[in-house]
Amino acid sequence: MLAIRNLNVHYGGIHALRGIDIDVPDGKIISLIGANGAGKSTTLKAVMGLVPKSDGHIYWDDKEITSLKTKDIVGEGIILCPEGRRIFPDLTVDENIAAGAYLRKDKAEIARDRDWVYELFPRIAGRTWQLGATLSGGEQQMLAVARALMSKPKLLMLDEPSLGLAPLVIKDIFACIQKIREDGVNILLIEQNAKAALDISDYAYVMETGVITMAGPGKALLNDPRVQQAYLGE
Amino acid sequence: MLHTWLPYILAGIAVGGQYALIAIGYTMVYGILRLINFAHGDVFMWSGLIMVYLITVLPLWVSVILVIIFAIVLGTTIEKVAYRPLRSAPRMSIMISAIGVSYLLQNFALYITGGLTKTYPEIGFLQKTVKIGSATTKMVTVITPVLTIVLVFLLVMLIKHTKIGMAMRAVSRDFETSSLMGIDINRVITVTFVIGCGLAAIGSVLYFSNYTGINPMSGAMPGLKAFVAAVFGGIGSVPGAVVGAFVIGICENLIKGAGWTTFSDAFTFVLLIVILMVKPTGLFGEKNIDKV
Repeated sequence: MLAIRNLNVHYGGIHALRGIDIDVPDGKIISLIGANGAGKSTTLKAVMGLVPKSDGHIYWDDKEITSLKTKDIVGEGIILCPEGRRIFPDLTVDENIAAGAYLRKDKAEIARDRDWVYELFPRIAGRTWQLGATLSGGEQQMLAVARALMSKPKLLMLDEPSLGLAPLVIKDIFACIQKIREDGVNILLIEQNAKAALDISDYAYVMETGVITMAGPGKALLNDPRVQQAYLGE
Repeated sequence: MLHTWLPYILAGIAVGGQYALIAIGYTMVYGILRLINFAHGDVFMWSGLIMVYLITVLPLWVSVILVIIFAIVLGTTIEKVAYRPLRSAPRMSIMISAIGVSYLLQNFALYITGGLTKTYPEIGFLQKTVKIGSATTKMVTVITPVLTIVLVFLLVMLIKHTKIGMAMRAVSRDFETSSLMGIDINRVITVTFVIGCGLAAIGSVLYFSNYTGINPMSGAMPGLKAFVAAVFGGIGSVPGAVVGAFVIGICENLIKGAGWTTFSDAFTFVLLIVILMVKPTGLFGEKNIDKV
């Protein structure tokens, strides 16, 4: 279980996160929705140690990981699948997958996980020798998720997995996210596509300009008039 | 015909190999840090200078190994002290820092040598004469291209087929995502400087065996030419830098053979200008096939 407590981040002169509290319990899909620039990506980057925190604590199963280095946080079993997929364009699909397992030494298990992610995403399984850059947007997103899973995470944080994808592909990816949860990986999901996210979330947080303004079970938020008006376009 | 040109071609191939060993350091550091490491030529010069002093007290092979270690320590220290603290600063700051380090190394050499040209130690077997066809040349001319190609082959294999090589390719594209994979960026950068400086040190042994005189400015010209070679080949590309270095080495010597020795250096820089105008990405430059 991940617990974010009173997280504060300053970007230059901007107070980007103002005391964020988020819980990601085991076995759940938690989502964080909100408009562009609300601070969702910053929250995830702060958890990964990619942006400096000005205040607050992050606990992972009661262990404090606030000031660990990124690679040690990955080693703890937390991974971020970044916004815009960020696959390595001149590495092959297989090398991208291998890069995800960079810190691991258990060869046999790496091979098993490789089979597992290719099973999850059959569309990229037949393209192991293709360069990352030659994949379509949807395939790149699948590769990015697959690559993140190769670190054998206990918590997978996904930043806008639906960004720029066709509705059918989005459906595919969200179905996979649910399957990944069933395989025992906790999920923290950031989305602008609030409907898709809330549909599959056990619990969700709404973020506005650096603060959490609302929280509740996914279905409840989906029916909340304020959420509907602000994020679901109804 | 061949009889007259062969010695120049051989000399060109040899000096091309020496430029290649320097150029790899430029191109790899650029590939990862997007930094033109202006101090690289001076690390090369210092490798030569240290050899002059070491050889007076130590046997040849020990000296060569120590020279390589010295260059590696010098290069990685420069990175830690002068470049790492500026990594998130604007690109221009780190570039200026590199120029500063370059002058520092040159001036320190000036202080140590008193500005006098030192004589590079004669390495017996490199000076042996060999006959190739109708031409007589020194052993170093034969060894340089062979050694260069072997080292480049090993390097390309390392980059293509090892874990650290994959990490280097990943880091050269995307720092943040690489660190999300658990890749230690600082370690990859250090390895890059180790390789670049180690090869430059080997290059210095071969180069100065050929030219014998060494002074604080001795790194500037070969450094610049290696840099042009890296740009010509497509900066960031190892094979590109090697091809570029051989082209420059050979052309330079052919120009000398034609009797225009005074213009042989100018050629390199004309080539730089032409390349930057016609094909700024060089022969094998990044094509930038990023998809968003």
